Amino acid sequence: MTENSMLTDLYEDKLKELEKKAEKARELLIPTLLEAGSGHSAGPLDMADVFTAFYFHILNHDPKNPDWEDRDRLILSNGHICPIRYVSMAMAGYFPIEELKTLRKINSRLQGHPHRTALPGLETTSGPLGEGLSQAIGIALAAQIDKKKYYTYVITGDGELNEGNIWEAAMFAGKNKINNLIMVIDRNNIQIDGFTEDVMPLEPLREKFEAFNWHVLECDAHNIKQFVDMVNEAHAIYEKPTVIIAHAIAGKGVEFMEKDFHWHGKPPDKAQAKEALKELRTLGGKIRSEHE
Amino acid sequence: MLNPKLKLNNKLFKPDVETAPTRAGFGSGLLSLGETNPNVVALSADLTESTQAHKFAEKFPERFFQTGIGEQNMAAIAAGLGVTGKVAFISSYATFSPGKNWETIRTTCVYNEANVKIAGHHSGIMTGPDGATHQATEDIAITRCWPKMHIYVPCDSIESHKATIASADISTPVYIRYSRDKTPIITTEETPFTVGKMQDFWITDNPQVTIFATGYLLYYAIVAAKELEEEGFPVLVVNVSTIKPLDEDAIIRFTGHTGAVVTVEDHQVDGGMGSAIAEFLAKTNPLPMEFVGLQNTFAESGAWQDILKKYNMDVPAIKKAVKKVIKRKGI
Repeated sequence: MTENSMLTDLYEDKLKELEKKAEKARELLIPTLLEAGSGHSAGPLDMADVFTAFYFHILNHDPKNPDWEDRDRLILSNGHICPIRYVSMAMAGYFPIEELKTLRKINSRLQGHPHRTALPGLETTSGPLGEGLSQAIGIALAAQIDKKKYYTYVITGDGELNEGNIWEAAMFAGKNKINNLIMVIDRNNIQIDGFTEDVMPLEPLREKFEAFNWHVLECDAHNIKQFVDMVNEAHAIYEKPTVIIAHAIAGKGVEFMEKDFHWHGKPPDKAQAKEALKELRTLGGKIRSEHE
Repeated sequence: MLNPKLKLNNKLFKPDVETAPTRAGFGSGLLSLGETNPNVVALSADLTESTQAHKFAEKFPERFFQTGIGEQNMAAIAAGLGVTGKVAFISSYATFSPGKNWETIRTTCVYNEANVKIAGHHSGIMTGPDGATHQATEDIAITRCWPKMHIYVPCDSIESHKATIASADISTPVYIRYSRDKTPIITTEETPFTVGKMQDFWITDNPQVTIFATGYLLYYAIVAAKELEEEGFPVLVVNVSTIKPLDEDAIIRFTGHTGAVVTVEDHQVDGGMGSAIAEFLAKTNPLPMEFVGLQNTFAESGAWQDILKKYNMDVPAIKKAVKKVIKRKGI
């Protein structure tokens, strides 16, 4: 386990290892979605690099002791992308990889949207959008009261920024300068009904958060090195809460899913899963970012 | 007569009976919890003084959070605190919390089993002149349907203080319903209070009807019982201070020898305390029942006493319901 505050340097070989893990996560994700027979594809695929960075480099955590009181907290607000969280947790050792097959089925700990008391290692129950930032604020406030040094990270979707609750929470965090809280926005530009800028424009997103007294960082969600650098920078910001707008390609890694909002809320069928896996396996550990 | 075992206020029928609002018991209870339990925190959505949370806020500013007029944010922040070792009290008017933020509480507090206490203030029609927008008359219905909830509705400020303190011993969400204006103090410091227990406040020989009353209207039910006894209709009056979990044993015990029920609540009759009792009796021992409360209508602006009269929730209305149910017993 690493000490809090600054993360250990991400050397070339560690970075390569993380990139391979992210690819492995995508490979595990496709059959998991196929087996579940319902659920979401685009979000989980595009957050594979961010989740890998969290579980294998950023988080100060212990999969064998998920209730460890000094652990960093990772809150998933847009609960529908939980398949990638489950995959990352299984890879990190929270539960057997075999269990991924139970996603969305009866008697499973892997609920269709994450439920805190069902699976050790989940910090909140989520799914209904717009509620994760507030919950993360509560956890960060508890850390401040208890003088704990852990960080609270919260991942939100971009479509869910339509919810008023997000802006109530953003006002509160800005007012109270909650600096042990880091928000990551999965900025993949899609939501169920279409592209975010058509459904309900979010831009200028940076300026919106700045106006709410947040420190705003932006990065490529598929560039693990850049993302880790941003988290490091966020740790150095003491006077404000920080949000990292992580620009993502929806469905990243499977070309026929990329940037297509129709893949927001459905799983691949058998043939599509086969095609997706073939594509992923030819990537050879490299998720190339179009932002680079 | 007032049940002597319960050490109730012996000045209850005197003109100079002490009065206080049940929200005062929230303020004093929360303050007391702040002193005894360092994990208790409180949040308010711009209604700190009228919900009486200001006493806690002034004494423990480091454990008090002002969320502004944002009840969803307040509930979900409390959920985060509640899963991280804190006992989080949120307070607002009941129309807004648990009204406006119902789904937020459902997901982040109730399903999530977070240690959050929801203080719903200005409940019922007692916000009188403000009109029906601010009269929370559905809050019992919308919280009662949540699995494993605890719901307390104190009858006076003393019981309110005790209920507030007792709620902190429950590790999961509790909804407590408070009202705004001064009403007679029925209990005393010595009156026993146990979560989940109903008590027979007015007892008599050979009662013909059991009145179950909740909240401040318990006083009206007791006054009605006294008058009914003088008119030859002895009844039992039970204080339903906990609506969930429902004290099923007490319902059986208190209705077995009367065979008829009247329920009294400042709430819509649909889904409220009366419904809870009817659901249980329907499964065990169906009895003739009458329901005093709002009957498929919103109320309106006015002095709350005038609203009670117009919408048939006052003493004459309770007496009328008792006489009606007695007639139905014979059918």
